[in-house]
Amino acid sequence: MSTIVFFIFAILAVAAAWGVVTSKNIVHSALFLALTFVGVAALYVMLNAEFIAAVQILVYTGAVSIMVVFAVMLTLRGDVGESSPENKKWGWGLFVAGLVFVMITAVILTNADWRILEGPWTIQNSTAALSNLLLTNYMIPFEAAAILLTVALVGAVILAKGVRENK
Amino acid sequence: MQTFNFLAITPEIAVAALTLILLAMGLLIPDGARKGMMPLTVFGLLGILGYTVYDFFFGKMGPAFQGMYFHDAFADFFKMLFLVAALLVVLSSGEYVQKFPAYRGDFYALLVAAILGMMLMAGAADLLTFYVGLELMTITFYILVGYMPHDGRSSEAGIKYLVLGAASSAILLYGISFIYGLTGSTQLYQVAMGLGSKVNPPVILATVFVLAGFGFKISLVPFHMWAPDIYEGAPTPVTAFLAVASKAAAFAALIRVYLVTLENQSFAQTGIALLLILASLTMIIGNLVAIPQKNIKRLLAFSSVAQAGYLMVGVIAESVPGVKGVLFYAMIYVFANMGAFAVATYIGQAQGSDEIRDYAGLARRSPLAAAVMTASVLSLAGIPPLAGFVGKFYLFSAVMDTGYQAIAYIGFVMSMVSVYYYLSIVKVMYLGEGEGLPDIPVRGAAKFAMVFAMLITLFVGIYPSPLAQMAMAAANSLLQ
Repeated sequence: MSTIVFFIFAILAVAAAWGVVTSKNIVHSALFLALTFVGVAALYVMLNAEFIAAVQILVYTGAVSIMVVFAVMLTLRGDVGESSPENKKWGWGLFVAGLVFVMITAVILTNADWRILEGPWTIQNSTAALSNLLLTNYMIPFEAAAILLTVALVGAVILAKGVRENK
Repeated sequence: MQTFNFLAITPEIAVAALTLILLAMGLLIPDGARKGMMPLTVFGLLGILGYTVYDFFFGKMGPAFQGMYFHDAFADFFKMLFLVAALLVVLSSGEYVQKFPAYRGDFYALLVAAILGMMLMAGAADLLTFYVGLELMTITFYILVGYMPHDGRSSEAGIKYLVLGAASSAILLYGISFIYGLTGSTQLYQVAMGLGSKVNPPVILATVFVLAGFGFKISLVPFHMWAPDIYEGAPTPVTAFLAVASKAAAFAALIRVYLVTLENQSFAQTGIALLLILASLTMIIGNLVAIPQKNIKRLLAFSSVAQAGYLMVGVIAESVPGVKGVLFYAMIYVFANMGAFAVATYIGQAQGSDEIRDYAGLARRSPLAAAVMTASVLSLAGIPPLAGFVGKFYLFSAVMDTGYQAIAYIGFVMSMVSVYYYLSIVKVMYLGEGEGLPDIPVRGAAKFAMVFAMLITLFVGIYPSPLAQMAMAAANSLLQ
């Protein structure tokens, strides 16, 4: 049962990702991106990581994708239908990316020594476990991430403000 | 109930506090009082530097936060380095920063935030902490590189750095995810134990990805393509900080990741062949491409690519003397490069040009700036009795003791090549006519920064043992 559900959402995520890169309309790309995030969030739920799944939906689907759409709406000039033109050199890109993909896949599949848990992870309350870790072992990166977000926010405001005065 | 030794991260807490204070001050103080931000930053950084020096000599060392963070002499040495570099940048850029419009008054706050990221990289005992520190540093730099208002080149450099930096971070993260998959941990010592001595395809793949990510940050050939454009486009003080402190931070983390996993061989065995080739290429290409450069910032960019190659030689030595050489060289590289960039900032600000031909006759028009520039580039070239000579001596003798002769010879030859383009700047300054170019008297804090950098470069060249002993203590604390 869970295998079937896994494949449904895995295929959904990959198909939507395919849509992101092939879509000619950049708004469609953004919406496909949101769909990919939903597919990945479903996979997190199946791994009993419901907190990560919720964050994935809230932050990535809810905020990031919508922000992309807003950015497109505010900056785009001209026809939205042709807003994501194709790169002429896609053949070379495909060749190199394909080579790297085959290499990485071969390495991953031939290695028998991944640290995979024996059974499914069964701790019910992963949110509580995470919060404990964030405020104990991972306190330094957690607090540093807070500073990082503050700095990024300030920087975004500074840079954006310059553009307005430039006009 | 777990207890936390917050004393171990006092410098980090102080730097974070200084960032927030400067941010708040930037909003509160009136436009006319913005001049006061510079002394405030300087005294804040001086206080933190004083504590770090005390901590280096007398502090109680040991891992902190359940082994998630190192509090050792190695980390303290690099923290001192970042603080000194930041102090010199702040001192030499006073007038330059005054030019920014009022809404860009948070320059110093961002600069200090970047120091926090670097400190976390130097102290990280966990790949996750390291990565957050790295991102804190690079995201701050994305902003600072594109800081110049109404300047297309600065914005272009900012975007380029953002795109390439994000790609390299992704590669690094992918490598880290392989390491996690192989060992079930991100903590450095557990990674070292988990990897063991086996060398198999996934380990090689992880090594290549992680080294590629590091290679980008320290501008190792072939990941150096971003450096010249971004060094040229960024505001000169930011270029100076990027070339010196950001590179040193990446080296600190690289040495930790590389040497901690060394005793278990697998990461190191695959790494060493790669590093030998990349370090040689970096020294050769960095020095050769620097020769035809016409712009002082581009020339210093390629010179800093080449310097990364020299530093890499010390990492390849994989020994206490090698790490000591890297630490020593990184510290004197700060003073030499900061001296050169302080002059470049000042002259570029006064003349509105960064072309080397506009340095003509600088010896007559601004004798002090010309003298500082000369001392700095000769130290970078490694000419005795300046500090660069001693530094290169430590690096190359360490790698020869380990048994890699060839790379030391490449280093020697390329150092000689570098003398040519460094001296071409000196030639323009002392023999050029410079008709019609203005006299540039050097004043204020910039003068202090220049003279200080030059004096240290001279002093360490003549009497290197105090700094060498500090570097030795730091190297020992790492490889116990």
